[in-house]
Amino acid sequence: MKEIIIDATRDNLSEVFVFLQDVLSEYNVSRKLARKIKLCVEEMYMNIVNCAYTSDRGKAHILFNTLGVENGETPLRAIITFVDTGVPCDPLSKANLDMESGLDDFQIGGLGIFIVKETMDDVGYEYKDGQNIFRMEKIIDLYAKD
Amino acid sequence: MKYEKSSDGRSLNVKLIGEIDAVNAMDIEGRLLREVDGVTDLVFDMTRLEYISSAGLRVLLQMQKLMKSKGNMTIINVSDDVMDIFRVTGFVRLLNIEK
Repeated sequence: MKEIIIDATRDNLSEVFVFLQDVLSEYNVSRKLARKIKLCVEEMYMNIVNCAYTSDRGKAHILFNTLGVENGETPLRAIITFVDTGVPCDPLSKANLDMESGLDDFQIGGLGIFIVKETMDDVGYEYKDGQNIFRMEKIIDLYAKD
Repeated sequence: MKYEKSSDGRSLNVKLIGEIDAVNAMDIEGRLLREVDGVTDLVFDMTRLEYISSAGLRVLLQMQKLMKSKGNMTIINVSDDVMDIFRVTGFVRLLNIEK
């Protein structure tokens, strides 16, 4: 398990990217899939910055776990968990994008979580012991090519 | 992130190079809003744009809405990775993308 605990600020997104790149470099993740995971990590980290800590500053705790390697199983399952102690903020409660709406009435709110739900294989949220806990899972085919 | 522009009267061509994320999207938006004054034909060349998050999509959506009342906005040379995001989010319908 790899983790990073960092001040949840917009500027620290670059530190989160460095952490992710370091973690993913240990696996044979295709360039395309690495970009997708990076995109979802950005969306959920920025959800902490913009939603959980709107008035106060706080920490973001990101944990990267894998399942499958120990058992020699493929594909690998990557599980990324985001934890913060901000105000309760359930991204999954946001309405889905209206894919039929036009340019003038398109509601941009919820765009980030929509991308995450469409990209990841599984997502989940709970508020427990004063913490927002968001978990997302992606199956990684170690033999995939770009 | 690099931003290269060429201007010809009322036309503005902007090459977006690298990655647009939550850190640099607001800077790009501010620069665009300053530079589209008087522009009726805005073109984004995304040949070398490798990554865009929702923060960047918001900028494109705002510019598309703005240019709708001023003229045209066209996106050209979109990479496969960026096109994937346009498709997932439905932006292929909202933006004027030249294929």
